[in-house]
Amino acid sequence: MFGNLYPDPNDGTRMNLIAWGQLQYALSAVLLLVGLYGMLVQTNFVRKLMAMNVMQVGVIVLFVSLAVRTGGTPPIEIEHQAAQTDVVYANPLPHALMLTAIVVSVSTTGVALALLIRIHRRFDTVDEAELLDRLRE
Amino acid sequence: MIAALVVPLVGRVSARLAHGITVVAPAVALVCAVMALRVALDSGPWHYYLGGWAPPWGIEYVVDPLGGGMAVLVALLATLVAIYAGPHLRALSPRRAAVFNSLFLLLTSGLLGITLTGDLFNLYVFVEISSLAAYALLASGGERAIVATFRYLLIGTIAASFYLLGIGYLYALTGTVNMADLAMRLPQAGGGSAMTVGVVLIVVGLAIKMAVFPLHGWMPDAYTYAPPPVTMFIAAVMSKVSAYALLRVLFFVLPRTGAVETALSVLSWVAAGGVLAGSVLALAQTDVRRMLAYSSVGQMGYVVLGLSIGNAAALTGALLHIMGHAVAKASLFGAVASLPRDTVQADIAGFAGASRRAPLTMAAFTLAALSLVGMPPTAGFFSKWYLLQGAIEADAWLFAAVLLVSSLLSAVYFFRVIEQIYFAPDPAAAEPDRSRCHPEVSLRLLGPVITLSAAVLLIGLFNGWFVTTVIRHALPEL
Repeated sequence: MFGNLYPDPNDGTRMNLIAWGQLQYALSAVLLLVGLYGMLVQTNFVRKLMAMNVMQVGVIVLFVSLAVRTGGTPPIEIEHQAAQTDVVYANPLPHALMLTAIVVSVSTTGVALALLIRIHRRFDTVDEAELLDRLRE
Repeated sequence: MIAALVVPLVGRVSARLAHGITVVAPAVALVCAVMALRVALDSGPWHYYLGGWAPPWGIEYVVDPLGGGMAVLVALLATLVAIYAGPHLRALSPRRAAVFNSLFLLLTSGLLGITLTGDLFNLYVFVEISSLAAYALLASGGERAIVATFRYLLIGTIAASFYLLGIGYLYALTGTVNMADLAMRLPQAGGGSAMTVGVVLIVVGLAIKMAVFPLHGWMPDAYTYAPPPVTMFIAAVMSKVSAYALLRVLFFVLPRTGAVETALSVLSWVAAGGVLAGSVLALAQTDVRRMLAYSSVGQMGYVVLGLSIGNAAALTGALLHIMGHAVAKASLFGAVASLPRDTVQADIAGFAGASRRAPLTMAAFTLAALSLVGMPPTAGFFSKWYLLQGAIEADAWLFAAVLLVSSLLSAVYFFRVIEQIYFAPDPAAAEPDRSRCHPEVSLRLLGPVITLSAAVLLIGLFNGWFVTTVIRHALPEL
């Protein structure tokens, strides 16, 4: 089942993937840039945090699109398929990596929200400009 | 022996309540790391496959002289800082102290994991583990610290996402995230634009984590407002471990072709700028902790400059500087924070006559400061010597000049403090009873600080031994 782990660059399925999968890479790039732009431009910390999440989704989309094979099935060994030799599996490794990345991003968001709650309790605002004003006092 | 290394890694996370465990766990890890390093030096790198899956499918841990050496450094500082944190913890409620302990262990294990992993994605996970623990620890320093931490969290997450994206590109090229495997496959994959993008993303991501100028904006606030033991540990170790990760990726994973060479030469200019800017900004500060933070920006510039010059002498200098600066910075922050409460403002004027109130602490401070300035026979002198030698070998005269000028600048900003400590009149001297009876600081605060500055001296005196037995084996083949 690990036969597909290293895609052969001359492999036909991979060629297909590139022609067919442009859209996903574009989506990933758009998400990344929207996220980064949001983090730069927004002054509200909650919005900055949401932009951060959008950016992380961009990275995840990139990895997941790498796993796609044209006509690939989920990488699960099923009995009636085991007899066939030409089953094409989707690559499971990026999925495993991204599960971990999602967990990381959730916990980062959690910590960030906890910090935000404490900031809001103390300063009554989550706007960067206002916060900096109050800190200067 | 293999288990001896990994068990503390896992076990220390579950270690909770007692402060005792917090001290013992890094100490055990220290012993294990030293043993592992000796094995690695005697019989070559040592591989451990997590869960029994052989790479490239499973996650691999590798102890080679470089990673093992870093692990020893991390464990040593963790042990000393854990001892130092004792009195600080007593001031907290038991529940918060327990949280502090477990976060501290989490941070330590994350950093140890970074030094030992043989897998790029696993490196990302450990970077995030240590960062999350660091955010929580930094935020415990009060209201200003929370705001500083939140901004650090946003920037740190951008950095991590960039790094992860970079791994994505390399993975798309090669189909593996194992370091050794990547090193084998990348030269065949060729240096297309995907490789360039991957390299750039990884380098920028790690550079933000290292607080290399001009990506250092998050650092001074975070360091200034955090609780003392936290600053001491994070300032000393975290940026060094990121520097190690950068060294590992640039010299052990990526082939030295177009994109990497370009990245190195860009890095060298950035680092030279950082060395100067860090020193100048440090000169402009009145709060000693801020001054130390900016000085870290400059000192990390030295390390990156050493990496980017990239010959044997410069790399030796960079590694020696990682050791020397980690120990010295911990000692400096520790000394500043252990002063009696009435100097808690920690502006330079507050240090007036401090040598009479806390002679030993201030002696430790001075020794560590001299090392950063680069006075023989402290560690800083020898690391700068190697860096200079590397710069001259590479005909990079401009960088050699930068090294010398910034040494001068750091001499200026440290001597401003040292002058206050030793020559300014003690404001408390007007009330002789108070100044004489002032207890210096408790032994548990003093011990680690003194040990650290003694280590500065020892690393300096025995630098030849360190270079021939450890660092020379840790260098990549050039």
